[in-house]
Amino acid sequence: MKNILRQVLHSSKFVAGFIIFGLILLTMLIYPLINPGNPLEMIGVGTFARPGTYVSVYDSVTTDTRTFNLSDAEDKRLAKQLSDEDRVAMLEWFGAMDIDVSGLDVSDTDALLDLWRAHYDPDARPAGMTNARRNYFRRLNNALLELEASDVFVLAETDDETGELVQKSQISKTDYVNVNDVANVKTLPLGTDNFGRDVLKELVSACGTSILIGLIAGVIATFLGLLLGLLAGYLGGLTDDLIMFVTNVFTVIPSFVLLILISYSIGQEQRGATVVAMVIGLTSWTWTARSVRSQVISLRNRDHVNLSRLSGHSLPRIILTDILPYIASYVVMAFILQVSSGILAEAQLSLLGLGPKTTEVPTLGLMMNWAMLYSAHLNGSWWAYFPVILTITLISFSLNLMNTGLDQVFNPTLRD
Amino acid sequence: MSNEQTPNRALCLSGRGVTKVFSMGRRQTVAVDHVDFDFYEGELVSIVGESGSGKTTLSKMLLGLLNVTEGEIFFQGQKRDISTRRRKKEYWRGIQAIFQDPFSSFNTFHKIDAVLLDCINMRGGKHLPREKKIEMMTEACAFVNLKYAELTNKYPFELSGGQMQRLMIARIFLLKPKILLADEPTSMIDACSRATILDMLLQLRDETNMTIIFITHDIGLAYYISDSVYIMEHGRFVESGSADDVILNPKADYTRRLISDVPKIHEAWDLSTV
Repeated sequence: MKNILRQVLHSSKFVAGFIIFGLILLTMLIYPLINPGNPLEMIGVGTFARPGTYVSVYDSVTTDTRTFNLSDAEDKRLAKQLSDEDRVAMLEWFGAMDIDVSGLDVSDTDALLDLWRAHYDPDARPAGMTNARRNYFRRLNNALLELEASDVFVLAETDDETGELVQKSQISKTDYVNVNDVANVKTLPLGTDNFGRDVLKELVSACGTSILIGLIAGVIATFLGLLLGLLAGYLGGLTDDLIMFVTNVFTVIPSFVLLILISYSIGQEQRGATVVAMVIGLTSWTWTARSVRSQVISLRNRDHVNLSRLSGHSLPRIILTDILPYIASYVVMAFILQVSSGILAEAQLSLLGLGPKTTEVPTLGLMMNWAMLYSAHLNGSWWAYFPVILTITLISFSLNLMNTGLDQVFNPTLRD
Repeated sequence: MSNEQTPNRALCLSGRGVTKVFSMGRRQTVAVDHVDFDFYEGELVSIVGESGSGKTTLSKMLLGLLNVTEGEIFFQGQKRDISTRRRKKEYWRGIQAIFQDPFSSFNTFHKIDAVLLDCINMRGGKHLPREKKIEMMTEACAFVNLKYAELTNKYPFELSGGQMQRLMIARIFLLKPKILLADEPTSMIDACSRATILDMLLQLRDETNMTIIFITHDIGLAYYISDSVYIMEHGRFVESGSADDVILNPKADYTRRLISDVPKIHEAWDLSTV
């Protein structure tokens, strides 16, 4: 036993998988401590806020300022304000005015603006350009002029008595606040999702739920498969025929179709995470049963089992002490695979909208479902689904690595 | 099929028309075909035949591990009844076995003590004091030239094949059944250990008047140790009788072939008959 454990720990594949899985579990444990709160709390208004650090405008305005004269501040401001769309529009203008733009780098804001200042004429009427388009360019030009003007923003308050705006303070372009002095700064490493929820917090919580679903499904599937496989294999005869008939029926019907039908018939209201996990477990035991059965059949006629029978041991005792230990390693591996496929099955089901109820807990599949429903993949909100896909991949990859590692330990012919 | 050599001995195990048919859908394989036999108390009987002749199937039926398709087996003059678990347990107090492969005969997850304690429990010694049990185990190990003190807390796979097979005999020593069915117990053991093990079996027989049913493919070995010999071919006994009768005056062609297959050190081996 100790020896086997040492071998398992020496298997690089198992250790790699174990470390990845362990890190995921550790994150699940530690992150809620750092960032407590309900993962489904809608903190943002509007859909899909980009990942990044959000600084409260109100708080930064009321924070004490320092003045810095930075030479590149203006350029940076312009570069940030000038969107890619604007840059392309400017090129269009140059094209319409027959200006040579070869050798111009669109991302070089200085050169682009110099050219623009030199050649933009609000009164020009390039051939074939509609009025609306000309107005667009006028607006663009005004915006640029506004940016360049050394204006100050004025903060004003409405006077309660007179109803007039009273100037409170001015914000000049050289005013800076220290981020550490701003009371409210919110970092959203993965932005928000379609409901304005913190994706990272949601992901960590979803990860836990999904692994739990995988575990419940794995335990049910492995237990059922093991029990039926042991009975069919050891008893043989009519019991075997009956069990194998049921198993074959379940094998012939694709389990995913069965999963969809059962989930659908249960109904949205009754489908909690546990129910979904149980449904997944109840539809995925077949291959465990088949392989356990065939292993038991080959063990059944071994001399040590015969000897145990000759010693008058009871059926449960023979199964528990003379057969189960011999297939235990196999069952552990099957269990790991079942957990992995349980997580994947939940993701597939939820993606189709047949997953757990959407109001209680997030799961990895549900997060993808939401992202898909709100077209995250179409409007470029990668943070809403890509981290989820990565997490699912990492979980099943690590579980499969562990499985392969164990396989190599228990099955010497597979060793590299 | 009476045995004239030992007329005054009591019948221990006998069978009439014992048949085993394995069926796979409509295809049927007759492994043992209406065999009759009489094994007497204290006798060492050999069942000799080549691979696939049905020896092991017959032995499993004798042990009650396989159901008999047809025919009757009589144990100590009475029809064998192993219909319930209790009766089976009772029957197995009277008949025990040693198998061919010592490496697969042990549950590798159990320590040696557990194997031997199990035998003591089976003989009704469950409530004996621990010292008494250890004494019994030490005695059994000493009988097969093993030291209990060295074996305790060891696992079977830490022993050599010969040691494991001797431990099997120690098990029989503790159980003291009426009949011991030895299914090629020496075929996987080296020649030196083989002699020791055979010697132990014979000694056990002499001490307890046990009937030993020795199943082997080695007709030379059978001649050397047995009182009577049954020759088995394709699920039938083609010849039976005392060892001297069968081996020295073989009547069936099959027996002659088996005898000619035994290599003799001083003669060239006639491979034409193989």
